[in-house]
Amino acid sequence: MSMAFNHLRNLNRIHRILHHRFQPLLNATTRFFIDAAASSMPQPQPKQQPSAPSSSLKHNELAKFAAIADTWWDSEGPFKPLHVMNPTRLAFIRSALCRHFKKDPYSAKPLEGLKIVDVGCGGGILSEPLARLGATVTGVDAVEKNIKIAQLHAGLDPATSSIEFCCTTAEKLVEEGRTFDAVMALEVIEHVADPAEFCKSLSALTVPDGATVISTINRSMRAYTTAIVAAEYILRWLPRGTHQWSSFLTPEELVLILQRAGINVEEMAGFVYNPVTGGWSLSDDISVNFIAFGTK
Amino acid sequence: MNRVIKKTVSNICALKVPRKSFCSTEGVKVAGCSIPEVSNDHEKKQAISKVIPQYDIAIVGGGMVGMALSCFLASNPMTKQLSVAIIDSNPALGSSLHIKKEDPPDPRVSTVTPASISFLQDAGAWKYVEQNRHAYFNTMQVWDYTGLGYARYHARDVNKDFLGCVAENKVLHNALLSCVKDSDFKTTIYPLRLSSMTLNTSSMSMAEENPTSKEPPSAQGHGAELQLSDGSSIYAKLVVGADGGKSHVRELAGIKTTGWNYSQNAIICTVEHTYENECAWQRFLPTGPIALLPMGDKFSNIVWTMSPTESNNRKSITEEEFLKDVNYALDYGHGPHPTSSLSGTRDVFSWFKTDATLSTNEFFEIPPKVTRLASERMVFPLSLRHANSYALKRVVLIGDAAHTVHPLAGQGVNLGFGDAFSLSRIIAEGIALGTDIGEVNMLKKYEAERKTANIMMMAILDGVQKAYSIDFGPFNILRAAAFHGANYISPLKRSIISYASGEHKLPIFF
Repeated sequence: MSMAFNHLRNLNRIHRILHHRFQPLLNATTRFFIDAAASSMPQPQPKQQPSAPSSSLKHNELAKFAAIADTWWDSEGPFKPLHVMNPTRLAFIRSALCRHFKKDPYSAKPLEGLKIVDVGCGGGILSEPLARLGATVTGVDAVEKNIKIAQLHAGLDPATSSIEFCCTTAEKLVEEGRTFDAVMALEVIEHVADPAEFCKSLSALTVPDGATVISTINRSMRAYTTAIVAAEYILRWLPRGTHQWSSFLTPEELVLILQRAGINVEEMAGFVYNPVTGGWSLSDDISVNFIAFGTK
Repeated sequence: MNRVIKKTVSNICALKVPRKSFCSTEGVKVAGCSIPEVSNDHEKKQAISKVIPQYDIAIVGGGMVGMALSCFLASNPMTKQLSVAIIDSNPALGSSLHIKKEDPPDPRVSTVTPASISFLQDAGAWKYVEQNRHAYFNTMQVWDYTGLGYARYHARDVNKDFLGCVAENKVLHNALLSCVKDSDFKTTIYPLRLSSMTLNTSSMSMAEENPTSKEPPSAQGHGAELQLSDGSSIYAKLVVGADGGKSHVRELAGIKTTGWNYSQNAIICTVEHTYENECAWQRFLPTGPIALLPMGDKFSNIVWTMSPTESNNRKSITEEEFLKDVNYALDYGHGPHPTSSLSGTRDVFSWFKTDATLSTNEFFEIPPKVTRLASERMVFPLSLRHANSYALKRVVLIGDAAHTVHPLAGQGVNLGFGDAFSLSRIIAEGIALGTDIGEVNMLKKYEAERKTANIMMMAILDGVQKAYSIDFGPFNILRAAAFHGANYISPLKRSIISYASGEHKLPIFF
């Protein structure tokens, strides 16, 4: 039984190591990075279709997800990679939040008392575990079908039926004046039209001294070969066209746009897939999938 | 013991279960959620109130392995808040069972390995075992009828105090039951049988198409629905099949098994000596192995494998004749005692000796004579069976439900304890990460962890069984040489003991 704790303890250690390793990087403000960040970021798209609930969202992205929304909870379906990766993301989030909010990591519900928003919640794959860990969760997604699926599925378990799911966007929540202790945007930023604006919204949703967690895919050659060529074309894990390499952000760019939005990235970790065991693990290799924890 | 019953009664009658929306559409709460009148007629009340108790885990089968799982869950801070239902019609679970030390020992015993003991110690259950009859042993002698090979193992070869502990199954079961009872773990015992199970794994599309269904809460809302023998039902997020070799859960889940029956039976019984036996003995006879395990208080347990005809014959013969057979089988029967040196084998193998402290110099000993039969003789057919899958969404198999092994080294229950420990740990890890405990990806981790270990042990036991079912001169010498090799090659010997004592190391051969 102490194994679970050892696992958590190890994670803590990894984070601390990463923290030290990224300290210089986090403080980096060279022109090179700023230029790179600015030039590579997609320009804000002119607002189209005023009825759409989005501002920083791409409409073709929404259509892509609406088409496969039914399969969110099919553990063998198109979202299987996300299901398999989920415990690894949660391990990072759990330990980072426990440390930041001084919660007891040995508790079964360590996030009790925390208000968390899951931006781009999809079918609720992240919202549900967060609710089971005790958090008061709001899940938002711009795709109405996703929200329906998420509501239906969360309603099946008393532990998750209290999650508030809304078909809305981060920007709308800001307009409504909502704030949260922690803001999650996992695997979302690569699908938005204007990451900088998106980060500003996330920052506005975060209470002072709150936390923001973002995960995405690096714009590296390795990410291109693994996340797009391998995952979409060879292994067919993801429907083709799920990701566009040019909209990926590098960790440096993400750190910078978050910094401009008022969020300090304190920790970063990579997710590494082991093709032999078929599992994901946390590592300091951020060349493909990475997650960043920042505080406001 | 009354506490268990009280707990059960309060849980069943007052239905202190989370009352949640039983409709699949969000926000609609079922009206009939008011607390039903307390009535003795459980079934009727269920029908009126339509409130079906909901648990996190339903353990079907409250035997040693099922109760061990409860203990492990109760002792882990991540899982101790889970609500658990135990479904077992065995009255021993509900009624007070006092084990007296003076009672004659039961022939059903288990050899608990050091690895299992440490699991049970950590869970706080082992101290209850030590309150009753049990026998640690630190020596083990294995030899065969040809007189060519023998091996004597000592606990100090692996830097341990003992190689294992023999305890009656009722002592182990009672210890686990007491451990759960004395914790503040929420268990509800249903003294019933499982009659059917609705898993409903592909519920999403159905729920979507029919969101305003007037159907009563379908199983999808609450994980699996279990229908019990009195007509009532319960819901559980995870169903654990710990219901033995003929697992009903396995059958209802549609999990197939592979395996075969050995055309052999095992006779088990308790015998008495004139002095206390402190060693575990196993002799391979042409008909199958005979094992003599110390049980404490001058008692020993016998597990004797033979053909069905022989077993029926030996069950019916007089005590006197039977004891004569036993003593013969453990002594000169079928062949001479092995000599301490096999025509120069010592020299052949001596250069393998790497560690002078190993008990390579221990001489062959003759087991203590059996003087009295202290229990009835029970006969069991032997079989090997392995479930093709241990885990589906919301269902998981542990213990004999997942694998039935040859009782050769008393490994069956240890594999079961290993399963229970592994599953409890995987559930704890899942809970730490907010996972739905019925989720198949999580349960598959348990399967991956245990399948390898279990298949390995099954293959070894099956291999030994097969090796000794051949009586052919040259092969006998080879087998004896293997014995000698095992006795003299220290690292190998150590790995065999480690493996037999539940530590996961791979023996090169046996």
